[in-house]
Amino acid sequence: MDFLENVRIALRALSANKLRSTLTMLGIIIGVGAVVGLLAIGNGAAASITADVQGIGSNLIQVIPGQMRGGMGGGAASSAVLTMDDVDLLQDNLKNTAGIAPVAQVGATVTYANTTDNQTVTATTPDYLAIRNREILRGRALSDADGERAARVAVIGTETARQIFDGLNPIGRTFKINGVQFEVVGLLVEQGGSGFGSADEVILIPLETGFTRLLGTSTVQSGQRTINSILVSAADPDRLDTVTGDIERLLRREHGLAAGEDNDFSVFTQQEILSTLGTITTTLQVFLGAIAGISLLVGGIGIMNIMLVSVTERTREIGLRKAVGARRNIILGQFLTETLVLSIFGGILGILFGVGIGAITTATGMLTAQVTWESIAMAFGFSALIGLFFGIYPAYRAANLRPIEALRYE
Amino acid sequence: MIDITEVRKIYKMGDQEVRALDGIDVHIGKGELAAIMGPSGSGKSTLLAILGCLDTPTSGSYKLDGLAVEKMSDNQLADVRNKKIGFVFQQFMLLARTSALENVMLPLTYAGINGRERRRRAEEALARVGLQDRMDHRPNELSGGQQQRVAIARALANSPAILLADEPTGALDSKTGADIMALFRRLHDEFEQTVIIVTHDPGIASQTNRTLRIADGKIVGDDWHPNGRSANGTEETVVAAPAAAH
Repeated sequence: MDFLENVRIALRALSANKLRSTLTMLGIIIGVGAVVGLLAIGNGAAASITADVQGIGSNLIQVIPGQMRGGMGGGAASSAVLTMDDVDLLQDNLKNTAGIAPVAQVGATVTYANTTDNQTVTATTPDYLAIRNREILRGRALSDADGERAARVAVIGTETARQIFDGLNPIGRTFKINGVQFEVVGLLVEQGGSGFGSADEVILIPLETGFTRLLGTSTVQSGQRTINSILVSAADPDRLDTVTGDIERLLRREHGLAAGEDNDFSVFTQQEILSTLGTITTTLQVFLGAIAGISLLVGGIGIMNIMLVSVTERTREIGLRKAVGARRNIILGQFLTETLVLSIFGGILGILFGVGIGAITTATGMLTAQVTWESIAMAFGFSALIGLFFGIYPAYRAANLRPIEALRYE
Repeated sequence: MIDITEVRKIYKMGDQEVRALDGIDVHIGKGELAAIMGPSGSGKSTLLAILGCLDTPTSGSYKLDGLAVEKMSDNQLADVRNKKIGFVFQQFMLLARTSALENVMLPLTYAGINGRERRRRAEEALARVGLQDRMDHRPNELSGGQQQRVAIARALANSPAILLADEPTGALDSKTGADIMALFRRLHDEFEQTVIIVTHDPGIASQTNRTLRIADGKIVGDDWHPNGRSANGTEETVVAAPAAAH
């Protein structure tokens, strides 16, 4: 009495009641389909968020003054600054980088014709665009020459262009920042995305211009020009930790920090942001998984219900099988196999259903659903387990029927 | 072959005790063709269940081929039913949507016989009951008499020591019933198969060699008529019966 024999018997019994078997399987099909489909959508959403973050620059490292970990505004924050000396130090000593850009930002009044607006102006070096993965749509980028002669030129984002120039081609137009006249030389490619600090709402000017024309004396401390942050792009994502460690080591020495003293600066990587997002998407998937799990459970109860009915209906058949010599375990195996065939077959159809949900979601263009082998394996394993779990009791009932009573059952 | 001593079967129905069998002593030898007769409620079905190892006695001993059945576990009883006993029921009890051959293979499957040998034995059993050309038919494609023949082939498949039949002609018309009885006689005469038939029909009982009468859970009669009706020429029609089918 091998397994295949049992499967044959199970298929015959199930095909005897096709409608009932199909309806019973429907529970499992929907459950497994929900697991596979929802996880595919969850994975797709996670991947698209991750891609968005990586679009900002997955190799990006940001250094800001003050200690941000362990609570905002730690003791050192007010006195701690990052200076151009720090930037020069990193430029000279840091390895495995693709670019280093100091960033000095100031809120300024921007005027063009009759419109006045408050905007954040970012003074930086030409490396900035490469570090932030930004490209020029029209016009040109800031050049080293712009910095050397402190040229009054600006590269702006599309949203800013809309706000200031109201749809006019901004290239070559002049506008005023805090009363100083600037010429727009470049327009950035729109990055999209939403939320605060839109990447398209930006005014970039040469660092030198910023220091001489806009930032004023408040940014100079002890004869040093201070900046808001230093952006560093690691040459390779695998080197992020190395580069981060090197930055900390170099800056600690430069700032004369003793061993055991806290950093007076903070270093962030995109990796950390990604891991935070990872936590959120994991929570999302657990949530979706739980919903799907409940529907699987309901499907399993449906199977158990039908199997109990089936055992009752087939009491005489069980009696006969016992009369001609089927041992208890054979009957147990027969009914368990029947439940397993039902749930595994339902599982396979459910996987197809789930893949279909994913494909439809992708086709709508909302996001690209990603069906993973793990979710298929998990759903399949789950449906088999449910078949086993909910099949045991009905099979046990069948196996324990007393042959003489089962034969005489009307 | 069968030794039953002081067997009792007592059911509890609420507060009442029902003595379905109340001290039965029977010996049935190898190769006998015997009938058990009695009115309904007499305990004859209970006795058949115990003889067939479908049920165990409350007390007393039952030795089948020297094996003490009353001490067996459920699995041992299943094995005894599989190898030593062939059942024939009034309602045939064939598996629906399952060919005659597969129905006959069932006890062989449970005996762990697989593949060609299983098929060969099943075909042989079907040939013995004259259904060699109906092997692939399903029960609903066979007449009542043919269905009962399939059931008899199934009972014979494992070459059991005893064939136990419970009202085997009860669901058949008298002509078909006679054919089935003839088949039992032939199996007994040609293959020396031990056959025990439970019936309430004196006509059936008269075709056996021995009639055990049971009433109120006790044996009340044990008549030997060794020649049965074979003496008055029935045997010739019996041998020809398979060709006549129904």
